[in-house]
Amino acid sequence: MTLAVDTAAPERMQRRELSERTFAWALISPALLFIAVIVVWPLVETIRLSFTDATLGGENWVGVANYAALFADPKFWQTVGRTFYWMFLAVSLKLIVGLIGATLLNAAVPGKALFRVLVMPPWVIPVAIGVIGWKWMYNGYFGLISGLLQEFGLVQDRVALLASKTSAFYSAIVTDVWVGTPMVTLFFLAAMQGVSRDLYEAAWVDGASRWYRFRRITIPQIMPVIVSMALLSAIWTFNSFEIIWILTEGGPRGATTTLIIDTYKVAISSQRFGEGAARAVVIVVLLAVFSLFYLWFLNRVNRHYGAK
Amino acid sequence: MQIDRLSLPQKIGVYVATFFFLLFILMPFIEMIRVSLRPMSHLMTANFTWWSEDFSLQAYRDMWKTVPLLGRYIFNSIFIATSVTALTMVVVIPAAYAYARLEFPFKSLSLGAFLAVNMFTGAVLLIPLYRVLRTLSMLNTYWAIIIPGVAFLIPTGIWLLRSYLEKIPRELEEAAFVDGASRLYTLRRVVIPLAVPGLIVVGTAVFIGAYAQQFLFAITFNNVREIQPLPAGLYEFIGYQDVTWNEMMAAALTGITPVMLVFLFLQKYLVAGLTAGAVKE
Repeated sequence: MTLAVDTAAPERMQRRELSERTFAWALISPALLFIAVIVVWPLVETIRLSFTDATLGGENWVGVANYAALFADPKFWQTVGRTFYWMFLAVSLKLIVGLIGATLLNAAVPGKALFRVLVMPPWVIPVAIGVIGWKWMYNGYFGLISGLLQEFGLVQDRVALLASKTSAFYSAIVTDVWVGTPMVTLFFLAAMQGVSRDLYEAAWVDGASRWYRFRRITIPQIMPVIVSMALLSAIWTFNSFEIIWILTEGGPRGATTTLIIDTYKVAISSQRFGEGAARAVVIVVLLAVFSLFYLWFLNRVNRHYGAK
Repeated sequence: MQIDRLSLPQKIGVYVATFFFLLFILMPFIEMIRVSLRPMSHLMTANFTWWSEDFSLQAYRDMWKTVPLLGRYIFNSIFIATSVTALTMVVVIPAAYAYARLEFPFKSLSLGAFLAVNMFTGAVLLIPLYRVLRTLSMLNTYWAIIIPGVAFLIPTGIWLLRSYLEKIPRELEEAAFVDGASRLYTLRRVVIPLAVPGLIVVGTAVFIGAYAQQFLFAITFNNVREIQPLPAGLYEFIGYQDVTWNEMMAAALTGITPVMLVFLFLQKYLVAGLTAGAVKE
């Protein structure tokens, strides 16, 4: 095909300017319609339901009673605290493990192409399937982890990791880190490969050590990606449902109940729609506030590191 | 290049660290394979043993009896993921094109709104979603899993495809345009053929996402066994008193084979395509 340079083209395009708007909206309208019906309308409806005592039987307007009950419940605040703690710990670990992983996969050693493929399976397979594998490994009677701990003499007896409150919580975190690490690693690796070689070479010529180059070039250069991945993983971790649900269903005695699990239990398992909806609204508000604050922070980081 | 060269101890260090990193990533898979190859009675012995002489494929035969609908679950997973992918792409292609090429009012605002959808999970919208699906008589049908699945994959799909389309030179479209082709014709006959590699990347990413996210919608909106996807189907068996773990692992491994194959065939393009948007600058 020849690329005809037609001087009249811009004008002709301008004549179609009006139809460009219409055309554009026609193109995005199916997507908009989907989102409107499956996300926006349910969201509005969730807000409305949160002011009712809806159950399967029917619903009455109760004003802010659901919220009042929720905020007066010390258990709820425990769950909020636990959720943020869960998010903070899991995200920090994912970023650290992902950064180490990406650095390793970025090293110039034979076999790195294969290693890069081997990182991805936890992301490829359905989360639920991977978690079923972890559930087996955590079990106390013949699970791998308990078995290895005994083998190395670290524990005397079998340990059922999901049966006690503390170990269940941290076991769920380990699994969550496992699920999230491939994506984080992949994005960090891509960012590292995008760092200009000139920077490294200039530092190298000046005799900067590898560690110095990592700290002073790699980290600042990929900082915008680190910060955006932190936000994305924070949202995913906050919203993560399957991992905890399959491992513990929020137990033992609530030790792994995050806001999402609590909402699901109230809304779906016990079908208290109104109370569940109030919890869902709290989640949305918390996430929105958190994200806005974070985007503001991201903006500052980007400016600080001079990214576009 | 010399700057990248590692001394022998450094190389060994990288390999050892990579080994432990990959061990963490792959341990569940190794363990699932190991368990699937051992008879249940030997898995339950008092002392943990890593290795034994009795590896067999028996569990891969027995699982079809223990989980009578296993074949159906695997088919459902593939069918649902394929339908979700097809529907998502039909919706995403035109929208991504509009965001990559056209100027219109509220462009960045509406794109931002699409991306904000990523903030929500199905879990906070389940109650009204349940009612929407009931109103549309879609509960306990494939649609109950497909429709919400599509909605939650649209934003990422638009985002990924848009950054790909932006890289296609405009000149070809302008040439077609100048020759009097209509906008729709240009999209169909010029843009889409040029975008095939990008479509494959986004399609694969959507497929993997669709395969992965079936659990929540399946356990909430569907209680018909015959249309349950694999994760939800197997989950039911994990809840039983006596879980035949070796058969569950065999079934899980069999069930993830299709998506692993898709990934292995396309991984080269996929990894590059997924991260292209992240490191534009």
